[in-house]
Amino acid sequence: MIRGAFGPFTAWVTVHPIASFVVFFAIFPFIAPYQALATQVLIFGLFALGFNLLYGYTGLLSFGHAAYYGLGAYGAGLALAKLKVTSLWLALGIGLGAAVVGGALVGFFCLRRRGIYFAMLTLAFAQMLYFIAFHAADLTGGDDGLRGIPLLPLSLFGVSVSLRHPLAFYYFAYVLVVPAVAGLKRILDSPFGAVLRAIRENSDRAVACGYDINRVKLLSFVFSALFTGLAGALDALRLTVVPVESLYWSTSGQVVIMTLLGGAGTFFGPFVGAATYLVLADRLSLFIEAWPLVIGVIFMAFVLFLPRGIWGTLTSRGIGS
Amino acid sequence: MFDVPLSALVAQVFTGLVLGGILVLMAIGLSLIFGLMTVVNFAHGAFYMLGAYVAFSLLGLTKSFWATLVLAPLVVGTLGLLVERLLIRRLYGRSPDDPLLLTFGLSLAMVEGVKLLWGKIGLTVDPPKQLSSAVDLGFMNFPVYRLFVIAVTAAALVALWLFLEKTNVGLIIRAGSRDALMVRALGLDLNRIWLLVFGIGIGMAGLAGVLAGPMRGVYAEMGVEIIIECFVVVVVGGMGSLAGAIVAGLLMGEIVSLTTFFAPKLAEIVVFVVMAVVLLVRPSGLFGEAGLAE
Repeated sequence: MIRGAFGPFTAWVTVHPIASFVVFFAIFPFIAPYQALATQVLIFGLFALGFNLLYGYTGLLSFGHAAYYGLGAYGAGLALAKLKVTSLWLALGIGLGAAVVGGALVGFFCLRRRGIYFAMLTLAFAQMLYFIAFHAADLTGGDDGLRGIPLLPLSLFGVSVSLRHPLAFYYFAYVLVVPAVAGLKRILDSPFGAVLRAIRENSDRAVACGYDINRVKLLSFVFSALFTGLAGALDALRLTVVPVESLYWSTSGQVVIMTLLGGAGTFFGPFVGAATYLVLADRLSLFIEAWPLVIGVIFMAFVLFLPRGIWGTLTSRGIGS
Repeated sequence: MFDVPLSALVAQVFTGLVLGGILVLMAIGLSLIFGLMTVVNFAHGAFYMLGAYVAFSLLGLTKSFWATLVLAPLVVGTLGLLVERLLIRRLYGRSPDDPLLLTFGLSLAMVEGVKLLWGKIGLTVDPPKQLSSAVDLGFMNFPVYRLFVIAVTAAALVALWLFLEKTNVGLIIRAGSRDALMVRALGLDLNRIWLLVFGIGIGMAGLAGVLAGPMRGVYAEMGVEIIIECFVVVVVGGMGSLAGAIVAGLLMGEIVSLTTFFAPKLAEIVVFVVMAVVLLVRPSGLFGEAGLAE
């Protein structure tokens, strides 16, 4: 019924995902309920996209994605605030590098156990990073967060553009998120992407088909950390501060909630979920202090009754289809 | 290298035993529930927290620590029964990730619900008068309440062991965790057993919360902090193994306690390092069977 009403729309979007993304997010700041939301949806959508690659497409539930988000944020933040790097691109690169190296290391350890242990291990290692950042206050600012990140102007081909205007920053993020989304599409359409889904559906069978599934999983983990790290680095630039909570388990939980609300294993689910979560949190917090209680209950209802999430239900795709 | 009085060191070892005991009570319930139903209960820490809060209120109502010690775990365990019956039961047969996700949502909701009911500020609970002094063990003074916690933990573990090893229901539980299908084929109603085990596990988490309250204070985030430590314990000990939960729980308690003594800043990090080493050397955990629910 719901699907019927949106049928032609979702069908077109499903066939032309990248074009849909480019067009929709080009005008999004002008149709979003408030402008700050637009940039947040882009960044958290990218974060959820990274998580979704691992959970939605590879079937590995990570409860520790705060780690790569935080590594991206601290990497870029430390480069700008402490190393006094003068190029935004270099700072972003350092953030991405930190997330990828972290993802490879943690992935190596976590993939030594399969199944349900994976979730517990990813959570534990992320929490370890949180405690390290918390106690290494000389470097990270500890509990106060990493402050003093300058918002440098963007320099490209000799032209310098200030990012202070929210719209300027939005389109800067947009220019980075679009290739990331296209990159994900490329990964999913490749033979490698097919193996990911084979592992999700039946990992024993993937082994029997001759795939080195641990290597594939690790690669998926690292790609996931890469997208997540980009989201973290962008958020550090947006906020010009890295709160230590960005590494905390609650950040990992947030991205899990976003992805499942939107629809795990669907292409647009992460962005739909990020938008839903952010609008819900914003509106709920106006009139109820215990808004996470409401989010928790909604999330439970989704797990029980709508496991495909919003986008997955509209398009009949995703996990369980 | 470290010039410390021996008595201080021994006191720290005892403190580690207390910490470890609380972890064991938690991890053993987590492990029991997992072994039988392959449900990883993320809300286990939230029930621990709830145990501490319920104890705070019951203490105000009954004015008796002893009544609270018995009643609070029963109240929490009963809530656990409801959660299994109304929520978790719907997810049997789905991916093992789903109960984990559900209980994660439950845990979020419980933390906020507790803040609504009891307020956002942490509470303090005093140990009962009879237990609030320190005892002279000959070479050091040690709080009586902590010795009491060790004793209660040990008693609860012995009771659980007797129940699992010496009763018919215990036999069914052990059989069910080996091969649920076979137990069903023998005509036994495993649904009721699952309900019971979930209640027992949650009740033990409640008991751990009651015991921890007077030592660590009562606050809404206490549950999430301990659930992560419990995950480490079951990874190190081997999920589903009760012996593993006991050995790994006590080991972690000692490691944290001694690290706090020598290098306080590292205390929160060292457990994860131990976990990483165990993963490298013995991925299935100290007592784990490889392949269980993998």
